[in-house]
Amino acid sequence: MSTLTTALQGRADAARASLDAWVREVVAWHFDPATGCPFWLQWAEKAGWDPRKEVERFDDLRKFGHFEDEWLRGGPVRRWVPRAYADKPIFVFETGGTTGIPKSRIAIDDFRTDYELFSDTLPDECFPQGANWLMLGPSGPRRLRLAVEHLAQHRGGICFCVDLDPRWVIKLIRKGWMDHLKAYQAHVVDQAITVLSAGHDIKCLFSTPKLIEALANRLEEEGSSIRETGITGIFAGGTEFTPQWNRFANEELLDGVYMTPTYGNTLMGLAASPPSGADEGYKITYHAPQPRAVLQVVDPDDADRAVDYGGTGRVMLTTLTKEFFVPRFLERDEGEREPPCEQYPWDGVSGVRPFSALASSTTVGVY
Amino acid sequence: MIHFPALRWGTPYRSLDIDKVVHFDTGEPVAEVSQANPGIVARDLRKAARARQVLREVHPADLLQMVKKAAELFSTAELPLGDGTQTPDEFVRQQSATTGLPEHMCRMNMEKLRYVLDHIDEILASLTRHLDPGILARGYGEEDGVMRSYQATTSVLGMVLPSNSPGVHSLWLPIIPLQIGLVLKPGPQEPMTQAFFEAGVPREAVALYPGLGEVGAAVLNNCPRSLIFGGTATVEQYAGNPAVQVHGPGFSKILLGDDEADNWEQHLDLMVDSVLINSGRSCINCSGIWTPRNGRAIAAALAERLGPIAPLPPEDPNAALAAFTVPGQAPAISADIDAALDEGGVDEVTAAHHPDGRLVSRERCDYLRPTVVYCPSPDVAMAKKEYMFPFVTVVECEQRKMIGAIGQTLVATGLTNDARFEQELLDARNIDRLNLGPIPTIKLNWLQPHEGNIVDFLFRPRAFQRAS
Repeated sequence: MSTLTTALQGRADAARASLDAWVREVVAWHFDPATGCPFWLQWAEKAGWDPRKEVERFDDLRKFGHFEDEWLRGGPVRRWVPRAYADKPIFVFETGGTTGIPKSRIAIDDFRTDYELFSDTLPDECFPQGANWLMLGPSGPRRLRLAVEHLAQHRGGICFCVDLDPRWVIKLIRKGWMDHLKAYQAHVVDQAITVLSAGHDIKCLFSTPKLIEALANRLEEEGSSIRETGITGIFAGGTEFTPQWNRFANEELLDGVYMTPTYGNTLMGLAASPPSGADEGYKITYHAPQPRAVLQVVDPDDADRAVDYGGTGRVMLTTLTKEFFVPRFLERDEGEREPPCEQYPWDGVSGVRPFSALASSTTVGVY
Repeated sequence: MIHFPALRWGTPYRSLDIDKVVHFDTGEPVAEVSQANPGIVARDLRKAARARQVLREVHPADLLQMVKKAAELFSTAELPLGDGTQTPDEFVRQQSATTGLPEHMCRMNMEKLRYVLDHIDEILASLTRHLDPGILARGYGEEDGVMRSYQATTSVLGMVLPSNSPGVHSLWLPIIPLQIGLVLKPGPQEPMTQAFFEAGVPREAVALYPGLGEVGAAVLNNCPRSLIFGGTATVEQYAGNPAVQVHGPGFSKILLGDDEADNWEQHLDLMVDSVLINSGRSCINCSGIWTPRNGRAIAAALAERLGPIAPLPPEDPNAALAAFTVPGQAPAISADIDAALDEGGVDEVTAAHHPDGRLVSRERCDYLRPTVVYCPSPDVAMAKKEYMFPFVTVVECEQRKMIGAIGQTLVATGLTNDARFEQELLDARNIDRLNLGPIPTIKLNWLQPHEGNIVDFLFRPRAFQRAS
């Protein structure tokens, strides 16, 4: 059980009050026929209760049960567009889709807002204003590609990109075509190295753990390093972010370059993490961009109950923006509940990994 | 609690990712094991050439002596291990605690490894067909007036080992004197490498990466030559991949010829041993007895011997069954057997011995009691089943159809004196190891190759000429 300082407790209480107020505003917006989207208005009609009257605070969202991401599969996609934004240019971002119909989420400005907020957490000495970026991650119908580009532009830079189709990568893995997988990874890294060597003054990088490894190893084979390419800051995302990997990267790959791990997906904004090095055991704790999104760590058997600080539970996400409302979505991840900290006076989650109860059990023995 | 680090070319590495290993039955903590991450494997293997280089700085004859010394240390000495030490008895107890194998089986596996290490020179002479070791070390040399040249296909051999059958370590033991480095993705414990170091083998020649499946994949993806152990899916995945020698289910069998089918009672002990030894967990355990007739009688006699065998504590010298320590594995196997029993004529003959069922569930592990199933023909699905416990089908099949129907078979023991059937068995390309006569399937001759000659896997002959 964690005990917060009086000052931090006061900030945590204030953050909670802001969250409750924001919940009222967002729920009022989504369930007002003048502003809300067809999906939620129809949902309320069927549910037989008016969220605008019954939701006073964040905890009241439990009346919605749990958001089901299957609702996002298939169209019409316009049912998710709030009436107030009907005339705005709409983006659609996809998730999944290696086989079958992908899940789709609409966006207007959310990705820009989320990444602008994230930008405020980046240290200028590592991510200099005006510096150019390289986006070395999934492209195609994903939020990430546009979001990173916007981040670069928001900070006064220009973003270079490479193509990377994660659905093809997943197919290669499932088919066991490891030679093709290696060749595809080499093809992606080749493009990155070409861009980095082309005199574009790139100082900032977005990438995933596997690509950071591949890039660092390739540069080292060529007698160089990530630092020697001119990169000074890496914004990284991906599920492989264990403390061990964080340490491995810092000790063996990055050559002193600053890296900030993040946790995010198409449904939420971007959960950032305070700096963590050897002194913190390389532990990574993510805090959602509250009040626009809230991460909770809950009892897998009773999602109404948050686990104690330090306890293990399933990650539950609530997204609260005027573009998109996702109440209490049970993620396919688990982790440990972390207390508020100075930088983020609300709960966080550490040790994020696939939810063990959903992992397939081994039924065939090895010899 | 003792901690086992990863080894990065001999240097211990304590990971932040620690696996706490507990006793399969009591839940008591046994050890902590540092888990490698795949990136470490990929990164280290860029320096794999160094592993062979340091071994080539030692004369092959000296390496042979080191391996023999390691044999002695492995089975007698208290060895430094992780941040503690370990005696042979402690090793046996800890291996039993982590694998579910009864202690006396762990001791038996230890003796097997000691035997291989003790006889490593004879084994190598056999596997290289008495080639002068200097020729492999130097890369060329004259023998009987003929220039011979061999080139190593890799600097290191990757080994992705199963955690539940420690006997398979014997397959990699010859590589150190062949001056090939070793990259292991082991089960929870691997004290043999320490015995090697204590005996003088250069530490830089050995890397050891405990971890999950993705670490095994990293070993396979980064070693030019690897051995992996797995199920049928693994075999199918790597079939035809020249860089990977895959060891899967054995589907080993005893085949009775027409001439011996009526003498089956004489072979009952051999059948029981072939099914039961090492708790049926090895690829060389017999999972099918094929006979032209008397199948029901054979199945009944086997059931009488195997059916009553029940789980005993791992330290009991009479314990014959290993525990399933992976949650859900034994129930899944049991359900698979039940599903295959639905076919007409298929009969679980041991059922009468198991009033409470074949599945024995404990708080932290499960057991499956020995199971004998009669199959009236090779056409039923049950005739192709194999599981990692004492499970055997007795299949009625005419001799003339037998070889065509048995499928891939790692070890076949042919019980026949019919010269024509013997020749057919010798010619059968779906049989790997062939025993003619009453030899249990689990009895190996270590001087002979197992699922491919490891020397042929690691060295390729080539033409070489040198101007005089």
